[in-house]
Amino acid sequence: MNTFGDPTIWLPFVFAALMGVSILIYVVLDGFDLGVGVLFPFADEAEKDKMIASIGPFWDANETWLVLAVGLLLVAFPSAHGAILTALYLPVAIMLIGLILRGVAFEFRAKAPAPHKQLWNNLFFTGSLMTSLSQGFMLGMYVMGLTWTWSHVGFALLTAVFLTVGYSFIGATWVIHKTAGVLQTKAVDWAKGGIWGLVLGIGAISMATPFVSSRIFDKWFNWPEALYLAPLPIASALLIVWLWSMLRKMPFAEDRYSWLPFFAATLLWVMAFGGMAYSFYPYVVPEQITIYEAASAPESLFIILIGTCIVLPTILGYTILAYTIFRGKATELRYD
Amino acid sequence: METLLLSRIQFAANISFHILFPAITIALGWVLLYFKVRYNRSGEERWMEAYRFWVKIFALSFAMGVVSGITMSFQFGTNWPGFMEKVGNVAGPLLAYEVMTAFFLEAVFLGIMLFGFSRVPNWLHTLATFLVAFGTMMSAFWIIVLNSWMHTPQGFEMIDGVAHATDWSAIIFNPSMPYRFAHMVLASFLTVSFLIAGVSAFRWLIGGRTEGVRVALRTAVFAAALLIPVQILVGDMHGLNTKEYQPAKVAAMEGNWETGTGVPLILFAIPDEEARENRFEIGIPKLASFILTHDWNGEVKGLNEFVTDDGEVLHPRVSPVFWSFRVMVGTGMLMLLVSWAASFMILRKKRGIEGLPKPMLYALVGMSFSGWLATLAGWYTTEIGRQPWLVQGVMTTKEAVADVPAPMVLSTLIAYLAIYAILLGAYIYVIFYLARKASRGEDIGSRIPPSPKAAPKAVAAE
Ligand code: HDD
Ligand code: HEM
Ligand code: HEM
Repeated sequence: MNTFGDPTIWLPFVFAALMGVSILIYVVLDGFDLGVGVLFPFADEAEKDKMIASIGPFWDANETWLVLAVGLLLVAFPSAHGAILTALYLPVAIMLIGLILRGVAFEFRAKAPAPHKQLWNNLFFTGSLMTSLSQGFMLGMYVMGLTWTWSHVGFALLTAVFLTVGYSFIGATWVIHKTAGVLQTKAVDWAKGGIWGLVLGIGAISMATPFVSSRIFDKWFNWPEALYLAPLPIASALLIVWLWSMLRKMPFAEDRYSWLPFFAATLLWVMAFGGMAYSFYPYVVPEQITIYEAASAPESLFIILIGTCIVLPTILGYTILAYTIFRGKATELRYD
Repeated sequence: METLLLSRIQFAANISFHILFPAITIALGWVLLYFKVRYNRSGEERWMEAYRFWVKIFALSFAMGVVSGITMSFQFGTNWPGFMEKVGNVAGPLLAYEVMTAFFLEAVFLGIMLFGFSRVPNWLHTLATFLVAFGTMMSAFWIIVLNSWMHTPQGFEMIDGVAHATDWSAIIFNPSMPYRFAHMVLASFLTVSFLIAGVSAFRWLIGGRTEGVRVALRTAVFAAALLIPVQILVGDMHGLNTKEYQPAKVAAMEGNWETGTGVPLILFAIPDEEARENRFEIGIPKLASFILTHDWNGEVKGLNEFVTDDGEVLHPRVSPVFWSFRVMVGTGMLMLLVSWAASFMILRKKRGIEGLPKPMLYALVGMSFSGWLATLAGWYTTEIGRQPWLVQGVMTTKEAVADVPAPMVLSTLIAYLAIYAILLGAYIYVIFYLARKASRGEDIGSRIPPSPKAAPKAVAAE
């Protein structure tokens, strides 16, 4: 049978890929602005304003990728959407409350009377922390197959911390790129601390996943697949070593390569994500529902796909426009 | 309390909180564009002054709208999984189009609109303002399409208990959509008009009598006076449409139990669900028949039509629908009175804002959030009036609910309510705080410099 002739085969696959890409873009983009929030307590007043200025024009659009990802899950795989979100009811609620707090604190801190600013700063931090922790927790629970046992919760608590530290790492690399002077030097230190979260997180998930399911184990450790896949972990390891050695020498004269850590961090996310996607495919609810079983009716998916082909490139286009307009160091402009 | 009731309260709380902010951003975007274009054309600083103040409120409202909206989009999965499983093939694409055509547009160009003034050419800044306004309108369009489809579903067939779309144009242009969309957009413009009028009147009263305040107040009062009659007309047409497709809702709105001819319009009553009759009824004879059928003796269906022979009630609870409808219409009438009186005073002998006496200014301040009241009351009428159905005639609310344990729903509900109460307080407080600050002539922390170099005409005019 011709795979590409049968829409019930290729449509779910295309939508799973689209959803994967949205999640990936989300964790990189909102990852850095959540990370900036997590790093808030380490910065002084003036630095806080700078850090906010560096994410001001972007955070809203960054968050929209989450809406798209969950929207695609909802429209393309409705039964999986229900199963995943009801299983994760509490962490989702905590994440949403975190997102509410940080999103509004962002505006209020600049508009409320000066004595209240400290309060909104604290809420910005708290909200970012709640969001990162709950996302890490959900990641851990997802990897463990969405069942609530003590050991799974324990593992999820670990991934919660790792992902949060990982976000603070990518946040720090963003600050390195968008600022100069003392703050930049500080951010280099933050990045050196944060990279461990990433290493431990990727490590923990890579170790745990194959042992949760023998299916995934076979995918990674059987010949000859293991051979084809070997470059992925090796490249990740090399990238981490290289990043580490670079961070030790930063910042370079005339601010050269200040974008490199952020770029390298993004690459790391991509590889880690690629590995996970490979492990879980074709399941959308781990080991329970495949993307083919969960998919909506082809005629509905098709109508969305047509729109997506036109709209997604446009979205990418004006997203790039925005990043170009606001390129360079975050300015002294007051943000409110 | 059981999970269903708690989930309903939670959904109602979330959407009520959410809609407050779209009600402002949908129209305020266009109002800002209007200020910006007037400024581009005339180079008069007063338009820019108005823009600078209101863009702050816009940014704040937008942030509140975004974060509460994200909560909304997760609610479907966490609390109402049955909804997507049954009608996802229809609802899904509509939501997807909303995200793709509206949310990204708004979010990206909002960054340019708020932070890009000194970085991009003036035309691009104006264009960004336009795209943000257009984006909010698009998102309102798609979500109203979905919501209207839930009230008047068509263009689909049921296969094995799951809805499959057969005709997308029938789904999008479902019978109640045009009315609901027009009514909602007008509601937003009225909400914004009264907000701007109220806050400007407040600034005027405490001595902030700048040209920017003057022009904002005038614009807002006139806009309200022009739009409120249109809203009343559209509301009437909306009601007639509802009578055709959801007669039980209209019967509850009217508080009319028995089918009859020459039915009175009830102004006040306490509907008694047990006895199935009204107490303390005050009405105007035959008027309801006239409004609904345009015939003094026309026949109007009563609530008793919607009870099956074995006693099952197929109409919504009467009191909440009856009362919220009266709150909306009453607020609308008050809006008519206040905005026409104020316009008359401004126009009389060309006295301008000075023509407004103190009591009138206080009345405007008092009406600042009247749009919110009417909008919420309107949505309660619409939504509670659809119960017990979630999608009229297709699925009930009960079928959609998730079996999350009740204590879990209760705990998240309490958390949301507490946060919403605090944020709402902070939001209103900050609006009036900024108004006071601006009236003292203090800088309200604008990113946009007072005499912008990006606008050459302003320089030429000086
Ligand atoms: C009539 C208007 C209207 C109605 C009934 C709703 N919304 Fe809304 N929504 C908007 C009008 C709007 C808006 C004007 O487009 C907002 C408000 C501020 C903003 O940023 O966009 C918005 C924002 C907004 C966002 C954030 C978008 C972003 O990231 O930029 C989401 C995810 C939702 N909404 C989702 C929903 C859901 C799931 C709803 C119903 C169940 C809903 N909205 C009802
Ligand atoms: C913004 C305007 C809206 C408001 C203020 C609003 C308000 C409400 C209220 C008060 C209820 C509770 C009715 C009851 O349980 O007695 C309700 C029910 C519901 N509405 Fe809306 N609604 C709005 C828009 C929408 C939209 C756009 C959708 C769909 C996309 C929607 C979907 C639902 C659902 C799923 C329910 C059932 C859950 C429940 O009964 O609480 N609503 N809505
Ligand atoms: C004074 C005359 C008005 C009349 C006759 C009127 C009529 C109606 C009717 C019949 C409905 C219910 C539609 C349904 O069956 O689903 C409705 C809903 C609604 N009304 Fe009004 N209305 C009036 C004024 C207003 C005002 C002043 C506002 C706000 C500023 C407003 C905002 C709304 C909203 C937001 C809804 C829910 C959305 C919808 O279904 O359109 N209305 N109105």
